[in-house]
Amino acid sequence: MVKLNINGIEVQAKEGVTVFEAAEQVGIYIPTLCHHPDLSTFGACRVCMVEANGRLVTACRAPVEDGMVVKTDTEDVNKVRLYNVELTLAYHNQDCQTCSRNGNCKLQEVARFVGVTPESMEGIRRSRVEQFIDDSNPFFHRDNTKCILCGICIRTCEEINGVSAIDFAYRGYKTAVSTVGDKPIKESRCESCGECLERCPTGALYRSKPAVPEREVESVCTYCGVGCGIYLGVRGEKVVSVRGNEENPANRGDLCVKGRFGFDFVNHPDRLKTPLMKKNGNWQEVSWEEALSFVADKINGLRKEHGSQVLGGVSSARCTNEENYLFQKLFRSMGTNNVDHCARL
Amino acid sequence: MRQKFDTIEKEARKAWEELQESGVPQVLVGAATCGNATGGQDVIKAVYKKLKEKNGKAVVKQVGCIGLCYAEVLVDIIKPGMPRICYSEMTPEKAEELIESYLFNDDPRPDMALGHFGEEGPEGIPKISELPVFKSQQRVILKNCGHVDPESIEEYIVNDGYKGLLKCLEQKPEDIVDEVTSSRLRGRGGAGFPAGRKWSSCLKAQADEKYVICNADEGDPGAFMDRSVLEGDPHSVIEGMTIAGYAIGASKGYLYVRAEYPLAIARLRKAIAQAKEKNLLGEDILGSGFNFDLEIFQGAGAFVCGESTALVMSIEGNRGMPKPLPRPRTTEAGLWGRPTLLNNVKTFSVVPQILNKGADWFASIGTEGSPGTAVFALTGKINRSGLIEVPMGIELEKIIREIGGDILDDKEFKAVQTGGPSGGCLPLDKLDLPVDFDSLLEAGSMMGSGGMVVMDKDTCMVDVARYFLDFTFEESCGQCAPCRLGTAQMLSILDDICEGRGREGDIELLLELGDSIIKGTICGLGNTAPNPVLSTIEYFRDEYEAHIRDKSCPALVCKSLIVYTINEEKCNGCGRCRKSCPVEAIIGEKKEPHKIDQSKCTKCGICYQECPDRFGAVERKTGQENLSVVN
Repeated sequence: MVKLNINGIEVQAKEGVTVFEAAEQVGIYIPTLCHHPDLSTFGACRVCMVEANGRLVTACRAPVEDGMVVKTDTEDVNKVRLYNVELTLAYHNQDCQTCSRNGNCKLQEVARFVGVTPESMEGIRRSRVEQFIDDSNPFFHRDNTKCILCGICIRTCEEINGVSAIDFAYRGYKTAVSTVGDKPIKESRCESCGECLERCPTGALYRSKPAVPEREVESVCTYCGVGCGIYLGVRGEKVVSVRGNEENPANRGDLCVKGRFGFDFVNHPDRLKTPLMKKNGNWQEVSWEEALSFVADKINGLRKEHGSQVLGGVSSARCTNEENYLFQKLFRSMGTNNVDHCARL
Repeated sequence: MRQKFDTIEKEARKAWEELQESGVPQVLVGAATCGNATGGQDVIKAVYKKLKEKNGKAVVKQVGCIGLCYAEVLVDIIKPGMPRICYSEMTPEKAEELIESYLFNDDPRPDMALGHFGEEGPEGIPKISELPVFKSQQRVILKNCGHVDPESIEEYIVNDGYKGLLKCLEQKPEDIVDEVTSSRLRGRGGAGFPAGRKWSSCLKAQADEKYVICNADEGDPGAFMDRSVLEGDPHSVIEGMTIAGYAIGASKGYLYVRAEYPLAIARLRKAIAQAKEKNLLGEDILGSGFNFDLEIFQGAGAFVCGESTALVMSIEGNRGMPKPLPRPRTTEAGLWGRPTLLNNVKTFSVVPQILNKGADWFASIGTEGSPGTAVFALTGKINRSGLIEVPMGIELEKIIREIGGDILDDKEFKAVQTGGPSGGCLPLDKLDLPVDFDSLLEAGSMMGSGGMVVMDKDTCMVDVARYFLDFTFEESCGQCAPCRLGTAQMLSILDDICEGRGREGDIELLLELGDSIIKGTICGLGNTAPNPVLSTIEYFRDEYEAHIRDKSCPALVCKSLIVYTINEEKCNGCGRCRKSCPVEAIIGEKKEPHKIDQSKCTKCGICYQECPDRFGAVERKTGQENLSVVN
């Protein structure tokens, strides 16, 4: 353990943790734009600067040292981070009101904290790069005028999803997040998992069909055997959004393209909601009890007439692991080992 | 080892002596990039043509640059029994004439000669070392440039080449590091970090492999010191790197050369092959058991890749972006995470001499804190621009007035900029400043890699600051907000000031922004980017104020703040201005006073130049008063 002092508070921290993490431990807020706990540190927004042993360092990168004295509210610290945020704002799209992240924006939060005011911004020249909205992807779009080049999307793509579809391109003021050859996202190797979208601190990456749910229901994704924990966002009687459940050990909040964006079928009018049985040549809605009794009778009939070995069960990849386990258990209890799964076909 | 080397040296010396004794004259043509750009290759063709025509014999050599840019193309002739004579400003025609006169008619042509080497020379030709341009210079790093054939390893060996390596191989690595440390050599890349400390830290680091990297990503506008060394004396760099490899325990070295230096790359390639062939590089060097290989890595033209960690990222195949602090030192974990020794071209090239002549010899040159010499690319509004090498501690004034031959057209000196886009501008009262790492830094500029631009009174300092800042703005890697956006912001403010939109408070804002960029940025590029602005505000604040308050550009440079008018009393109606105006903005009948239609005028200044001096009717004015009268 390392002992250090942050703003007069004695803190004990594990060796190897950063000043940022040590401060967080005792509830001291250090503003940052490019740091994300899931990702490696980048250290480029320069907003988390603090004074450690009299020197300005980035809290997100500086490891704690024994006897270190950290100050997060000195004249130099405040000046440097205020200018950094003001400069970021000066080149940022100013249309906050219609932005999907208004009120839930990291840049707004940090700007408020470091004390940006109309007076402090006086004299600063505002400018903006030419707007280009990449709407090639059906699930999420990208607005370059809201990008603050924190690199979180790039690190997410590389470190969380292992795809590396995007990286920094160009130089200086023209630096931008880009796909290979600056092609539209849809034409890149992006898998549309949307992990970048979830971590984007501003509205640069946003859902193409944004909807704020009125309530959320905890559930499990039905797409595959991983069984990712999700929260279904519901508005009225419709599912309007899905987000990963960070508490779920199977996915720790991560989702794939299907789980995150493929929920339209839930609201589709053709979706089966009750069992159907063909009676007199026509499909008819029946109760679960009737349908299951019918199947059970048929199975029992077959077993009696031909023995259990004529039975076989094929399970679905859209069931959870636990459901698949129960399925094979059921068939084995009926005396057959003929069990298979569509994912093996 | 020594025996092996003696054989190599003997062979080289034999070839050299045979040439000297053969009675064949030698013609040396400065054919570095600078010489070639002014027609060096055409001069060579002309020399050959003349020799063929006259059926004469001479050895024609392409040599590097001796640094006299103002006098290119340079041709030196060594005739048996005569000292070497240097001829300047050669054209193919003049070269033919010279060959004819000197080689075939024994007339050394004092009218074309710049000077002779050695003590005695023909009448009418001055001693080159006594010319003002050379008198205060001391050639250490550039000692071979322009003198030896860079494509001949034998010539390098005859001039004490690879002797330092031999001495090195006979000692322990620790002794080599001690020698470099006691020479007090400071890195020539700009920051002046003690080389010995770097070498020692690399030697101490434990790893399965270590690397030596030569930083030849010279990118400052107008700087060409490293290029000249690589083109004129590539073996000195190879030898220096090999010594470094032995000293720190590395078996692999990289030469990071910008791809825009094709001649330097070609000469390095050749030199590496020659050194390998002679067993001075590669496996089991001179039978010592020490292996060292060199690879050339071509940089893709990003200025920021001159920063050590960005350079390492670039070799590793990543985007060239500096690594933020805190991070391990490059000497502990650099290329591929291994201890890496990274030094500038000039640092490596002087190492062989330090080993050969001893640390005390090197430490005796220059000053206590900055021993050795400094190489500058001297340019701007001076009479003699070129590559110079001076002992550290020399006064700026001596460089500008004596070596540079003072300001062009006898104009008044205004400022000198050192250190390229990372440096600052120093005014007249700083000219007594000794040139060394610490004094320049203290005055708000820096040594940098060696650019030195001299400015006369017709230079607008706000415009100069804008020029240099525009460079760093373009070349910022774009990673950290203070550098990427801070330079953009400062540039916008400077644009406004130069274009008459400056506001009260802008100077203070520039100072604050500059300070916050320096404190907040990741690397040396951002850390020094505000220097040109901060130093011009410090020394030329009145010019900034004139731009902002009076909308006046005292040097009459900023287009938006100047206006051209015709003084009707002086105008004779000759029509020269009217005819030369590219936008037909000048109206007036012949012999009648002319007038400029300001709505059409683009302020190109052609009318101002065209108006005959005897009239001087076109006037260039600045300031709110004049601008508002016209508008």
